[in-house]
Amino acid sequence: MPEKHYLNATYGIRSWLLTTDHKRIALLYLASVTLFFFIGGFFAMMIRLHLLTPNGYLLSADTYNRMFTMHGVAMIFFFLIPSIPAVMGNFLIPLMIGAKDLAFPKINLLSWYVYVVGGMFTLWSMVNGGLDTGWTFYTPLSTVYSNSAVAPAVVGVFITGFSSILTGLNFLVTIHTMRAPGMTWFRLPLFVWAHYATSIVMILGTPVVAITLGLAGMERLFGLGFFNPAMGGDPILFQHLFWFYSHPAVYIMILPAMGVISELIPTFARKKLFGYHFVAAASLAIAVIGFLVWTHHMFVTGQSTYAAVAFSFLTFLVAIPSAVKTFNWTATLFGGSISFDTPMLYAFGFLGLFLVGGLTGLFLGSLGTDINIHDTYFVVAHFHYIMVGGAVMGYLGGLHFWWPKITGRMYPEWLARIAAFILFIGFNFTFFPQFILGIMGMPRRYHVYPPEFQIYNVMSTAGASILAVGYLLPMVYLTWAAFYGKVAGENPWPATGLEWKTQSPPLTENFEVTPVVTWEAYDFHNRPDLGLDVPGGHGPRIVAPAHGDD
Amino acid sequence: MHRTGSLYGQFKTLEQQKDTATLGMWIFLVTEVMFFGGIMLAYTINRHTYFHAFAVGSNTLSLPLGGFNTVVLLASSFTMAMAVWSAQSGKKQLISIFLTLTILLGFVFFGVKYVEYAQKFHHHLVPGKNFDISYCVDNPSKCEDISAADLERERGEIEEAKAADPNLNAHAQLYYSAYFGMTGLHALHMVIGAGLLLWLLKGSLAGQFTAEWNNPVDIVGLYWHFVDIVWIYLFPLLYLIDRHK
Repeated sequence: MPEKHYLNATYGIRSWLLTTDHKRIALLYLASVTLFFFIGGFFAMMIRLHLLTPNGYLLSADTYNRMFTMHGVAMIFFFLIPSIPAVMGNFLIPLMIGAKDLAFPKINLLSWYVYVVGGMFTLWSMVNGGLDTGWTFYTPLSTVYSNSAVAPAVVGVFITGFSSILTGLNFLVTIHTMRAPGMTWFRLPLFVWAHYATSIVMILGTPVVAITLGLAGMERLFGLGFFNPAMGGDPILFQHLFWFYSHPAVYIMILPAMGVISELIPTFARKKLFGYHFVAAASLAIAVIGFLVWTHHMFVTGQSTYAAVAFSFLTFLVAIPSAVKTFNWTATLFGGSISFDTPMLYAFGFLGLFLVGGLTGLFLGSLGTDINIHDTYFVVAHFHYIMVGGAVMGYLGGLHFWWPKITGRMYPEWLARIAAFILFIGFNFTFFPQFILGIMGMPRRYHVYPPEFQIYNVMSTAGASILAVGYLLPMVYLTWAAFYGKVAGENPWPATGLEWKTQSPPLTENFEVTPVVTWEAYDFHNRPDLGLDVPGGHGPRIVAPAHGDD
Repeated sequence: MHRTGSLYGQFKTLEQQKDTATLGMWIFLVTEVMFFGGIMLAYTINRHTYFHAFAVGSNTLSLPLGGFNTVVLLASSFTMAMAVWSAQSGKKQLISIFLTLTILLGFVFFGVKYVEYAQKFHHHLVPGKNFDISYCVDNPSKCEDISAADLERERGEIEEAKAADPNLNAHAQLYYSAYFGMTGLHALHMVIGAGLLLWLLKGSLAGQFTAEWNNPVDIVGLYWHFVDIVWIYLFPLLYLIDRHK
């Protein structure tokens, strides 16, 4: 281990709570999003246990409503949205572009405090009886009729939105103004491009949901009337405004995961990413088109048929850049020298699950099919394939990949591979039966179901238990590895990014001297410094295994 | 990161730092546009659907007070621009004078806004159980601050609007939801702006801003002008819906 690094630069609780070092702030975020992940996971287990039997002996109908609502709120607003950007983006963007820190280190710390304050309001709502509106807070249920603790949850989500806005703003400015000499736009790692696109969504979308939840909150507390039909207000307006953010929010969750995958695949295939410019442009295209598809969540609200047709078409359109990326990742594998280290296993898991999640999204985006399967378990399965199969797989893959950089130590490779397999199997066991349930017509958010659906629900609950093991394992061994793992060295894989050209863990100021970039991204051929035996020109043949563990 | 002079550790040059801060503020203003955009959309849809109620509601606002506040804010934008100019030309004393003027004008705005809000509370024009668009027309003795002629005009407008929109009272609440929502948010931004100006004033009294380094003045100026522009939209949207009678 290097003698001096960002973890031992200063000591004491104050040096963490008042830090402006992006790497330490990333770890603060890591701790807090992990907490919310396990809170959300607890609610998920309650849902699955309850649905083990058709009549649901475990929870009352009312409690069940609260469980799935709080599962959604915790997972979406407090885990998925901040997870990759605020943890890995925070840690890596300055390192990847050769900067000493983000452009606004104090605002970065502020964003974490804003997140914590928002999280506390939400926890207050949870221990105060919880809320039962669904994570979507649809009016007038949330503003007039619900007897649960809606107000603190709305305030919490409202506040946390600003943490997301500040993070996005910080990233955009950083990527524009803080790049090292020679780090041109098209030399940026695709992880950075993905975060650039994500940040655009964050700064354009989040303010809209903030004002929307603000108005809904004021409606509940002070009697404003925009969404209240009793005053002539329009609940559908709430849905439009809500989804104007909350659909793009799906891209806030998936784009950074795509960024992670774009780093993993070239590294473990030892090959330049196929179609770099297309993958970068696809990120931006997803961010832009993603803003134009929101009413596909509202096909059955009675909106204009012509609008529905247009939005259905745009929904198909947004699938194209995702497909471009998937094809490019797959094409990168062709002729590559692939090693099956844990991060790569997660990348493969991502490819398969994202494919299923993406294609089933098209079923939901087409008008006729959607009428049939909207609000069924098909939808639940679809978005879990994207968010858990896509975003969380990307998150865990990235966490394994950069854990040596973050902590300076390797995780136990074989245990990690086993955990990745358990996760993949548990995930499919949990959510694939839900596609079948959806097609059979089981509605989502119901606390009871006809007995003929039981077998699939039992499978799903069993899968969830396997999945839980798959999540607990990495938490345990990654924590262990942070203290007792094998020392990783500067570049254990080896990978091409600038973040691997500094010690692990890095210095507080990241680089001893500002690096000068003279190479293209993922260019294994022209990087003798990596020590790989890659013959130039005709693609890689045989190269060293990833690290000494094999 | 440690501060060396006025250059923060993560930057290489003052110029880079200035560009960064300015870009950050512009991006923040973009988020503000989206933020106000949501409530303006709600306003637009409801004004289109319930035009009569919005016109009646708008006519209960005081044009002199609203007009005066518009002038006050425009003046404050001028003094802010002068503060930025003073900072850029290195006139240290002038910066403090213009910042003080800007803050004072901000507080004049708050004072007038307080008078307006108080009136609306007295006149039962706050959305909620006691909202009654006809309250003053029905209880002239409780609304002595409105002249008899104005009350008569209001009575006529309300009767006319009720003929077109039987549920006028409910829909007028939507107008007042927009009024309090939009002006409230705007006022909140003014409060934040006033806080920033006080922070600048502290710096300028300590002589921190020079012709070479005055970026905080510049970017707070951007924010203040933005808040001003929001009001330039709010004034016609809320006060001038149907004044031509």
